[in-house]
This record gives sequence, C-alpha cells and structure tokens, in this order.
Amino acid sequence: MEILSKIFEYPFVLRAVITGVLLCCCAALLGVNLVLKRYSMLGDGLSHVSFGAAAIALAFGFAPLQFSIPIVIIAAFLLLRINGNGKIKGDAAISIVSTSALAIGITVANLTTGMNTDISNYMFGSILALGTEDVVYSVIISVLVIALYIMFYNKIFAVSFDEKFAASSGINVKFYNGLSAVLTAVTVVVGMRIMGALLISSIITFPVLSAMRVTKKYRSTVILSVIISVVAFLIGIILSFSFDIPAGAAVVLTNLAIFIILNCFS
Amino acid sequence: MPIISIDKLSSYYDNRQVFSELSFDVEDGDYICITGENGSGKTTLMQCILGFDIKYKGSIIFNGFSRRDIGWLPQKSDTKSDFPASVSEVIFSGFAGKSVLGIAYSSAQKEKAYKNMALLEVEDLKDKSFNELSGGQQQKVLLCRALCAAQKVILLDEPVNSLDAASQNEFYSLLKKINNSGITVIMISHDIERAVKEAHKILNISNNGFTFKKAECYLEDEYKTEGNYGNTI
Repeated sequence: MEILSKIFEYPFVLRAVITGVLLCCCAALLGVNLVLKRYSMLGDGLSHVSFGAAAIALAFGFAPLQFSIPIVIIAAFLLLRINGNGKIKGDAAISIVSTSALAIGITVANLTTGMNTDISNYMFGSILALGTEDVVYSVIISVLVIALYIMFYNKIFAVSFDEKFAASSGINVKFYNGLSAVLTAVTVVVGMRIMGALLISSIITFPVLSAMRVTKKYRSTVILSVIISVVAFLIGIILSFSFDIPAGAAVVLTNLAIFIILNCFS
Repeated sequence: MPIISIDKLSSYYDNRQVFSELSFDVEDGDYICITGENGSGKTTLMQCILGFDIKYKGSIIFNGFSRRDIGWLPQKSDTKSDFPASVSEVIFSGFAGKSVLGIAYSSAQKEKAYKNMALLEVEDLKDKSFNELSGGQQQKVLLCRALCAAQKVILLDEPVNSLDAASQNEFYSLLKKINNSGITVIMISHDIERAVKEAHKILNISNNGFTFKKAECYLEDEYKTEGNYGNTI
C-alpha cells in the first residue's frame, strides 16, 4: 500500500496509469480479433512502422503523434491488402515492412539527432516521457474503440468467426477489417511511447492468449482479456517503479507470468 | 410465382466458362439437389445466387425476399479450430447481418433461434464450446445458424461430405423436417442416388449443358440413357 501511495504522488505516474489502462483495454479488445484471425503480427509490424515514423518526426521537428498516426494507418491498410491478395504472403510481408521501417528509423536517427534518449524511449517505452497530449489521445482512442466495439459487437463476432458466412448474410466484411486495422494502428502509435515499439504488440496478443486458456466462449474471452490486460499493466507499473526497470518490459514479463500460470492450471 | 428465377445464367472462373445459359425457377417450398461433376460449377452457381464477387451474365431475380435473407451452409467452414465460441454464440451469429447496433438480439430473434434449436435438436449443446463438438454436431449447429439467417431459403454446399453414415442419415432427416416446416432447400450433392430419394427436383449441371427435372423423372431418364447406351455397345 505504501508503494501505491508513493507511486501516485507523482503526476507523471498518474498520467502513465491513465494512458496505460485505457490503451490496455483497447489493445485487448482489438487483440481478440487480431489473434483469432491470425493477424497478431499486424500489431508488431505496425509498431515498427510507428517507430520509423516517430524517428523521422523527431529528426525533422514534426509532432511525433500527429505525424505517425496517418502513416501507420496507411501501413495498416497496405498490410491488410497484401494479406488479402498479394503475391507475398501475410507474415512475410509484415516482416519486410516492419524491418524496413525500423531500418529507416534507425538510419534517419543516426544521421540527424543521433541515438538519443528520445529514440531509446520510443523503442523500449518510458513512463517519464508521457505528456498531457498522450493522455488526451489515449482517452479519445479508448472511448472510440470501446464504443465501436459495443456498437458492432455482433457483427465483429460474425466476421471473426466466419468471414465468408458473414459476407453472405450481408455484413460489409471489408469495412470491419479496415476499421479494426485503423483502430489498431492508432492504439499502437499512442501506446508506443509508454510500452515501446519493440514491446507494444505484446499487449495485443498476450492477454487474449491467456484468456483463451481459461474460457471457451467469445464473450468471456473478450471480458477476461480486458481484465488480464489491465491487471498485468498495473502490476507491471508497480514492478517498474519498485525495481527501476522500463515499464514496457515489466508489463510484458507480468503478462508472460500470467500466461504461464494460467497454462499450468488449464 | 417462383421465389427465385434464374435466366440464361453463364459464369466464368479463371476466365474459363463453367456453365452457360442456365435457366431454372425455384418455387416456394421446393427441395432441389444440384448435382454434377467436379468443376461443373455447382459451387460457383451457389456463389452467384449469394451475391459473391463472381463474374456472370444473365439474371437472378428474387421475388418477395432479398439474397441477404438466404441461409447458407458453406462446404468448408472458415472457422478456426481454437476459436473460443459457444454453440449459442455461433447460432445467434446467423442474425448478425440483420441485427441492430449493440450486443443484444431482439426477442423475436431469440424466439426464432430457440425454435430452430428445438427443430434441429441442438438445445442441449447450446452452452458447449463449438470446437469441442463432433463433426456431425458442428454441422447441425452451422445448419441452425443458416436457418436463423434464412427467411425462406437455405443453400447447402455438400453438407454431409465429412460425416459418417449415421450422421448423414440424421442430417438428411433434419433437412426433410426443415423443408416440411416451409423452408425451401437447395443443396449441392455428390451422391445422386441419395439426392433423388431426398429431393423433389434435380438440377444436373455438366460442361455440355444442364437438366432440371423432378426427382422421379430423373431416375427414369437416367435408366433410359443407360439402357440406350448399353444397346449401342
């Protein structure tokens, strides 16, 4: 308890907790469908693109969030398109795009600002780097994701469970896939600052996989993913603060521990 | 008046014509089996009716309902083996195309779902995990989903292919029940002998053309053709 009251004395920690909890909800909700539709790597690919964009923004003095969001959204659509009908198959395409974006980011950073703390923060995440702007963005994106998820819940289930059948019953499958890609893109960009580009995709996949060890129903998978995601984040932040390790790494390790424990029990 | 009129329908797959100038009517309450060799375009025809992205010439007219009100049981379901979904979640997803916004389904939809579950005898399964069911049970659940999506017509693409003999018999008797309850059934089948026994009408497609006749006539004609063939040898 003592450590909790200590943690919340600092405004930057409060910002990190609000931003993180909201983003974890979004990531878990979006993650259920990405994992089940075998698009888990999309989050990973987009986070690398997001890093590349942020490095360019830093080098040229643009606002990183505003610059990265449209670029990552475009990348998300490209990756979905390639996944759908391209000559290069999904996983290979994501690997090409993500490593190229990472390479561009590192090259630009080295040639201009150098590999400074800002760059390192984008790679590995930091709770110190969060500003009010990040909080505002995370509130907007989470309200959007949660509202859209509840509004379209039945259609999202149908599209994830059986895309062809959903199409035959008149659901616009492309719209829902596109929507999910856009929301994932924004979540990744906003979450990158706190979790790190290299680690952000873990909060999309881990909670869902953990939840799937315990339950075999869709609705309970969704709810449990969100709970696991938020709990793992909060434990991660406490660990990060107590042992002075980066928040992203602490959250991923907590998720890993939860996953292993649930695997042993199921 | 027929509920579906198909007139001079020709379709292409990979720039190859699969069938040409296909014309037939579906009457309310029909039970039609579509037969034909592999590659004759049975599945393509079904996709044309469902409005998938298939190139075709000719016309398909629906009277009194829209193509979205067709319930479909695909040949190979798109489902993943680790997908966490309960049987009732799967069945209710038949309404997803028509559901209004939100999580809940309307009470009319619930009533229809429970009626269909009772008809297909899957009520006991409703809280089970879909992926833990046997192949025959899964197929019944997907049939139930198709019924929920359907207003008048269900389309089935070789629904009994992966089932053992006992499950096949059960599936056929359920189809008969569904048809007797007023739903029009259109089914692709490999098994012509069984199709003739079960269905009212047979649509046979081949690369040279098509025949569309009553099931009992189909048997007689087949017999005649075979007889003639024997004579010429």
